[in-house]
Amino acid sequence: MPEQVLSLNGLSKRFGSVVANDDVSLTLRRGEVLALLGENGAGKTTLMNMLFGHYLPDAGTIDVSDEAGRMRPLQLGHPQAALAAGIGMVHQHFTLAENISALDNITLGSEPLLALRRDRKAARAKIEGIIEKSGLKAPLSIPVGRLSVGERQRVEILKALYRDARVLVLDEPTAVLTPQEADTLFENIKAMTNEGLSVIFISHKLREVLAFSDRIAVLRHGVKVGELETSAADEKAIARMMVGAETPKVSRERMAAGAPVMQLKGVSVVGRSKRDTLQCVDLEVRAHEILGIAGISGNGQNALAQVISGLAVPTAGAIHIVDSEISKPTPQAMVSAGVGRIPEDRHREGIVGAMTVAENMVIERLGDMQVQSRGLLRRDAIQSNAKKLAKEYDVRGPGVTAPSRLLSGGNIQKLILARVFEHAPKLILANQPTRGLDMGAAAEVGRRLLEARERGAGVVLISEDLDEILGLADRIVVIRDGQLTETESHDRERIGLMMAGEAA
Amino acid sequence: MMDILNILLSESFWAASLRIATPLIFGVLGALICERAGVLNLGIEGIFVVGAMCGWMAVWLGAGLWGGVLIAALAGGFFGLLHAILTVPLGLSQHVSGLGITLFATSVSYFSYRTALPNVSSPPRITPFQPLDLPILSDLPFLGSVLFQQTALTWLALLMVGVVWYVMNRTALGVAIQAVGDNPDSVDAQGLSVYALRMGAIVAGSALMALGGAFLTMSAFDAFFFGMVNGRGWVCIALVIFASWRPGKALFGALLFGAFDALQVRLQTEMGALVPGQVFLMAPYILSIIALVIAARSADYPRALLTPWFKGQR
Ligand SMILES: Nc1ncnc2c1ncn2[C@@H]1O[C@H](COP(=O)(O)OP(=O)(O)OP(=O)(O)O)[C@@H](O)[C@H]1O
Ligand SMILES: [Mg+2]
Repeated sequence: MPEQVLSLNGLSKRFGSVVANDDVSLTLRRGEVLALLGENGAGKTTLMNMLFGHYLPDAGTIDVSDEAGRMRPLQLGHPQAALAAGIGMVHQHFTLAENISALDNITLGSEPLLALRRDRKAARAKIEGIIEKSGLKAPLSIPVGRLSVGERQRVEILKALYRDARVLVLDEPTAVLTPQEADTLFENIKAMTNEGLSVIFISHKLREVLAFSDRIAVLRHGVKVGELETSAADEKAIARMMVGAETPKVSRERMAAGAPVMQLKGVSVVGRSKRDTLQCVDLEVRAHEILGIAGISGNGQNALAQVISGLAVPTAGAIHIVDSEISKPTPQAMVSAGVGRIPEDRHREGIVGAMTVAENMVIERLGDMQVQSRGLLRRDAIQSNAKKLAKEYDVRGPGVTAPSRLLSGGNIQKLILARVFEHAPKLILANQPTRGLDMGAAAEVGRRLLEARERGAGVVLISEDLDEILGLADRIVVIRDGQLTETESHDRERIGLMMAGEAA
Repeated sequence: MMDILNILLSESFWAASLRIATPLIFGVLGALICERAGVLNLGIEGIFVVGAMCGWMAVWLGAGLWGGVLIAALAGGFFGLLHAILTVPLGLSQHVSGLGITLFATSVSYFSYRTALPNVSSPPRITPFQPLDLPILSDLPFLGSVLFQQTALTWLALLMVGVVWYVMNRTALGVAIQAVGDNPDSVDAQGLSVYALRMGAIVAGSALMALGGAFLTMSAFDAFFFGMVNGRGWVCIALVIFASWRPGKALFGALLFGAFDALQVRLQTEMGALVPGQVFLMAPYILSIIALVIAARSADYPRALLTPWFKGQR
């Protein structure tokens, strides 16, 4: 049996009244890939943040092996110490400075700060060596703000490898990657474990967990509830461990579509790049219908979503919502016309992190009489409304008066769902609605979307996850290079080829 | 029209522009460093006053001119540290803290001046920096005499433009400061201290601002007056945006403002009979606002500007 490289011993952490981790112990062996699973808010990120020194544990210790293989206690609460001990972490949200290059991001912190010169040549040579060995390619010289998410993800991993990480922690590394990118990433990582790298990765995608991990550990409500070899695991068993029950499959009944709720006629958007461009598209969504937009990200989904939510003004074409034409599209006009919006980047476009959960729940309708009277907010009403919604939509976290940025990613999404569905919108724009969600929460999103459809709403579902689209959509449209092509077929293979632009 | 052309071609006009720009260069560079690290320093106006008072007072009490400059910088750094403690680890509002520092620093300076010199009617004078005669450079046609009229502090300001540019773009420290102003998590995740970087940048930036003040009492004039800073700090805050947080553009912006101001004075003497003087006094500010409106649209703000960061929090 290979030697142990890491052991977490009885770690606990609470935030106010929330117990994020309770007496969690975990070990990792050399060359092993350990998958850490759990529902949204189970405490996975918190556990890894304690390992990396971002959070100071309330109780517990951590031992890491040194170069010679002896276990040594790690100084807690200091990222510096974790880095020196060979622990590298890729965070759930990018920790990159966008105004400097990838090279600068990678070398940040490993050069003496007060030196008058930097040895960029040596740094570049070392990074290029790592790129060659790992296959993680990324442009090194241009500002990170201009890189794609896939490239940024690779830069994050390069950052850790540059510091000679022997233990690599990846917190949902594939949440923002396309399936192809994710597969390549894991193949690269597999290759590195053969050289002795040990990996802990967090993911909600059971497919990749089963394909790429050696061992699985499961957290539930901050407690480690199980650990098993991947070879002995199957989806059902894991799901049962994660939620304590099996997740019900979402079932969909056939339903006749009603009157159109949205029509785009010859809508064009001229954007700065391909991902912001639409070329004269026609699109119709009817009541009682879920329209799936399948496509590889960056093919105009962004522009389409912006048009429907009123954030982009088309350069040509007309938009009809229900029966009225929207002549001046603004977010406000769209909301009042009955459009509900589940945005792609929920942290930036979905919530205001510094405002409370309760405030975020009413933020799109501050003019409503339930929310304000004579220009003053009705705090009690806002709070009781939030408590009701939090219960109904199972938004868990430190309470409705806490800033919403403290919620875990999954719970932020539930907050947005509550806000959108509460007002029975006629048209729902769901842009990558289950990204980063656990199975239970993802199923819940699907269930809510179907419920809205039953009620008579039309849904535009933009997703990169073909299984999600095939499972929910009544009609499927493929988006590629800012153009839409409707497809009659519900065949995975064929739609996949259309997304890649290899079949008509 | 002829008049303006004559003015623009005269050596004295360009020499005056550079002289007027000098304190602004110090100030913009200082504000630039603070803001690049993600902290707005509205203490600048007060730190100018402190620099002007301390530099002058030190010399008046017998220190050498460079000793005065050093003391001004230290005093500026001290008020910077105060702002840094309030806004970085404590995470208070940067606007409120900055304005507080300005009020506090200004009052303390006036108070010390009055305490040291209770009953003087005309402020005592010191021997300020003299124009520097550099070999070769001063012999250049036109440029030579523009530069010849400048003191060592102007040369120091020009030198600082290069130094700040080099540090920001070519050293690990500068890259870390840029990173902490864009996304503090990026720095924290690499094991550097967000607090130390931000506080260090504020102290260094404030020391530079104080030199702008010191220039006023030790080079432009030879004494300390109440109200002599006269909004120069605020102009710098606008110029940083105009400069899009780049040292080279900061120099350009400061020179532009200096030129407007120098032009305004000259036009006032030439055309004062036709137009009220206040119009000319107003002109540099109005032109600055116009320049700012044009430049600010394309300015890329440090993303984390004004956002406090706390360890161990989301
Ligand atoms: N800094 C913090 N302050 C307050 N509460 C926090 C903080 N960090 C995490 N929490 C809370 O701790 C719990 C666990 O959060 P954590 O981010 O570890 O979950 P997770 O398992 O990573 O979930 P997800 O899959 O959604 O990323 C959540 O209820 C969250 O709201
Ligand atoms: Mg997480």
